[in-house]
Amino acid sequence: MSDLTRKTAAELSELMASGETSSVEITQAHLDRITATDTAVHAFLHVDTDGALAQAADVDKRRAAGEKLGPLAGVPLALKDVLTQDGVPTTAGSRILEGWKPPYDSTVVKRLKAAGIVILGKTNMDEFAMGSSTENSAYGPTHNPWDLARIPGGSGGGSSAAISAYQAPLAIGTDTGGSIRQPAAFTGTVGVKPTYGGTSRYGLIALASSLDTPGPCARTTLDAALLHEVIAGHDPMDSTSIDQPVPPVVEAARRGDVNGLRIGVVKELGGEGYQPGVEARFHEAVELLTKLGAEVVEVSCPHFQYALPAYYLILPSEASSNLAKFDAMRFGLRVGDDGENDAEQVMRLTREAGFGAEVKRRIMLGTHALSSGYYDAYYGQAQKVRTLIARDFTRAYEQVDVLVSPATPTTAFAIGDRVNDPIAMYKNDLCTIPSNLAGNAAASFPVGLADEDGLPVGFHVMAPVMRDDLLYQVGAALESALADQWGGVLMSKAPELEVTR
Amino acid sequence: MTVVADVLPIDDALAQYDPVMGLEVHVELNTKSKMFCGCPTEFGAEPNTQTCPVCLGLPGALPVVNAVGVESAIKIGLALNCEIAEWCRFARKNYFYPDMPKNFQTSQYDEPIAFNGWTDVVVDGETYRIEIERAHMEEDTGKSLHVGGATGRIHGASHSLVDYNRAGIPLIEIVTKTIEVPGEKAAAVARALVSQLRDLLLSIGVSDVRMDQGSLRCDANVSLKPKGSTTLGTRTETKNVNSFRSVERAITYEITRQAAILSSGGKILQETRHWHEDTGITTSGREKSDADDYRYFPEPDLVPIAPSREWVESLRATLPEAPSLRRARLQTEWGFTDLEMRDVINGGAVEYIVRTVELGVDAAAAKKWWLGELARAANESGKDLGDLGVGPAEVAEVQKLVDEGALNDKLARQVFDGLVKGEGTPAEIMAARGLALVSDDSALIEAIDRAIAANPDVVEKVNSGKPAAAGALIGAVMKDMRGQADAAKVRELLNTKLGI
Amino acid sequence: MPSITREEVAHLARLARIELSDDELDHLAPQLDQIIGLVAQVSDVAAEDIPPTSHALPLSNVMRKDENVPCLTPEQALSGAPAAEDQRFRVPRILSEEA
Ligand SMILES: [Mg+2]
Ligand SMILES: [Zn+2]
Repeated sequence: MSDLTRKTAAELSELMASGETSSVEITQAHLDRITATDTAVHAFLHVDTDGALAQAADVDKRRAAGEKLGPLAGVPLALKDVLTQDGVPTTAGSRILEGWKPPYDSTVVKRLKAAGIVILGKTNMDEFAMGSSTENSAYGPTHNPWDLARIPGGSGGGSSAAISAYQAPLAIGTDTGGSIRQPAAFTGTVGVKPTYGGTSRYGLIALASSLDTPGPCARTTLDAALLHEVIAGHDPMDSTSIDQPVPPVVEAARRGDVNGLRIGVVKELGGEGYQPGVEARFHEAVELLTKLGAEVVEVSCPHFQYALPAYYLILPSEASSNLAKFDAMRFGLRVGDDGENDAEQVMRLTREAGFGAEVKRRIMLGTHALSSGYYDAYYGQAQKVRTLIARDFTRAYEQVDVLVSPATPTTAFAIGDRVNDPIAMYKNDLCTIPSNLAGNAAASFPVGLADEDGLPVGFHVMAPVMRDDLLYQVGAALESALADQWGGVLMSKAPELEVTR
Repeated sequence: MTVVADVLPIDDALAQYDPVMGLEVHVELNTKSKMFCGCPTEFGAEPNTQTCPVCLGLPGALPVVNAVGVESAIKIGLALNCEIAEWCRFARKNYFYPDMPKNFQTSQYDEPIAFNGWTDVVVDGETYRIEIERAHMEEDTGKSLHVGGATGRIHGASHSLVDYNRAGIPLIEIVTKTIEVPGEKAAAVARALVSQLRDLLLSIGVSDVRMDQGSLRCDANVSLKPKGSTTLGTRTETKNVNSFRSVERAITYEITRQAAILSSGGKILQETRHWHEDTGITTSGREKSDADDYRYFPEPDLVPIAPSREWVESLRATLPEAPSLRRARLQTEWGFTDLEMRDVINGGAVEYIVRTVELGVDAAAAKKWWLGELARAANESGKDLGDLGVGPAEVAEVQKLVDEGALNDKLARQVFDGLVKGEGTPAEIMAARGLALVSDDSALIEAIDRAIAANPDVVEKVNSGKPAAAGALIGAVMKDMRGQADAAKVRELLNTKLGI
Repeated sequence: MPSITREEVAHLARLARIELSDDELDHLAPQLDQIIGLVAQVSDVAAEDIPPTSHALPLSNVMRKDENVPCLTPEQALSGAPAAEDQRFRVPRILSEEA
């Protein structure tokens, strides 16, 4: 049997259906791969070996009994540590939640389990998803499998690193300002941020409630679509969940046809500050789409330049309130409870010890932005900018079906490069943030390696609300055309990781 | 700091100052489930048995609005003659407190569901219109038990134990505009308002309004201004004034306390104060400070509520008649004089009489018990009528026993005494206290015979054509029976015996 | 030009219940000042007549029926508690009454 960890989820599914292998074998192969490579990569915060094997055995038993199973039943997955899983440690990358085992499943996890997907463990992330490099994890950084000295992106660096290190074929990420798409770009994988409200936030430890969106990470467009279909759909537990059918994402990924599709290149997302190799691969991909029959025009979204400042007001404001519950009273870390200190002091000492620097920075910023006397100038004004950005999108979608841009201005940077320069770090998310503010669907697809550093470049596609299928249509078209050029997907160019035994 | 301020006698205080009041009333709704999750709202359940990730504020959990909570809020708004918002939102009120799971309260801020209303209250026959600023939806907090200090007080406790069963129970906060009425009426008007709110909430069925269980809680703002002045003084907010009597007492106390400070040249501190039912005073809680920056912002986990006009009108159609019309109708139905009706209203007994009459009791009898025996018991124990543990059902049961001749009024009073003291059901109390009327004719006839034998002079008078004299014999029989006989029955038997 | 003083940062830390060291205060004040300089650009756009957007999508009236669903057991509820006593969450003494 060839290496099971190199297979896509769709291939694994077929192998299990034909009886060539079992979920237990597949799961064990991935667990072995994690053991062999995670010392170097550090994608996982917790590996649930026993739970995963038990789940796999259960799927195998059900398959043997002739039960009709979903297409991803028995396929292993890496879960970002920001989603609750009943009885399994969930930290959101923070010291303040070390050792906490939630007593309930998030809706995403419920749906994964119902689909028979095997959850291997929880992946590393920037603390409370605040960051673009996974360096803000309280448990140490994750390394980019393409170059271990580089960051894998963030906040979902663990999930993207896990799939690009062949530790799992599938992963779940969450995207608040680019935390699925930017790591996907940096690791040469596919990352999709569904329409806000298209996937449930119930059980997702909130960063910014009005922006957070769980979504699929995979090595291929089809795998991402298959996973998307499992986790998407209305959830009565989430008031912001959209009560409409899931867009036909799998069908779109299988079709992969862009003939006649109108594609708008966002004028404002490029030029100064963008790495030449990133721009080169981006423009080649645009040309490729034109060759495949798409009509490409340039589109202006003049307010996108204000997306970053608006985002860094809205996110910290909501986060400062969402993170207030981490107070040492009901769960998690408690510091300074010596019988003398009162509850307020214990809260202050715990939050001081339990939160990292970036979390404190953003809580302080949000507290400031919401405080009386500043609300109108900051939070209120940022929400108006949000309106303007949404209007830019609406106008653009009157002319085109999808918008495109590079996913990130640069490729993956070196670990330690930007940790002390918050603003340089924030600028990673220039291209991805507008879609979070407007709530529409967006994704990053791998389109090659930058000439100057040989690192992956992501191609960003943005589609209207509930037209997530268009993302897959574009992604699949690019993927098959590029595979024809390269003789395989981009991931096949990734360097072999040194394996430790 | 619990220094007791000197107070000025109320008459002196009111001679110099006019009080300005404002009330904030929190009502717990009687929904089956909490405001944002499906946990039950049962009072008195074992600690932490009615919680879930949502109301415990666990990471990841999300709220979903209870439709009946919204419906109740609209009904309350309509009953208070408010406008109902066409579109409104929830907001987060951010502050840290151990019994508040998320460290923000999901509430409403500048977009309440109901606003600009009024209600008329009647005190001593005078009608006062109270303007309602707003009624908005929010959620309750958990409950802390303070351990290690004296008598469960927060002060001096070594730690606290928190039960989150109450966290997330729907609350409606009703806020009045400033209330300015003649000083001598102020406290009574406030009491009448709270009492009327209670009646209103009961009549529209949105709350059980058990003040003893904290399902209606009142905060009273009081400030004073020198007589004739138009400048508002600094106000204090007295928290958790949880009975009608306390409303009246706490406001009176604050007036006298503030007057003492002002008249000696002092300044009123803008602060939260706490009412102490036992000592009848308020003490300083916490000074208002820049820490009271609640950083309100629209709740991003919930979407706006836009009640359709059809929905609002259909709810309006379910509302009972307005209190003033209802009072007039009840007075006619019950045949009470203006003075009688005034006593009933002032005594806060309207709803109890309504429900007692519904159980088949004559209005006069219902009034007699609620304003007589029960009001006196409430007064003696410093409780509100509703908190005596005696309800319309018990009153109807006792009256039925009177109507059947098993009790007379005098014995009934003793039964009520037993009910208030929690001695059991009327039947149990009658048995335990030996209160049943003697209905056995032979026992009565024996007593009549004894009375006739002992009072030959009276018998003589009756026989000589003065039947009214028989009253003395009846008295003797009743005394012999220690009151446990039906006087009418005794008269009947005696008349037969004497041949009149 | 926006600016945030060390005292303001200390005040924010009190509001946010974070015990910041002097060292952190020294670091945070200039960092926050720099970030506020960036985000303050939002006041350059968006005139009076632009409505604010608090929710990305225009949903409204999402409500649930007033029905009970199973609760956590007290053991589950208390499973993550740093300290528990008598089936309640044990918390350090509380100095001031509720706001
Ligand atoms: Mg309130
Ligand atoms: Zn609950």
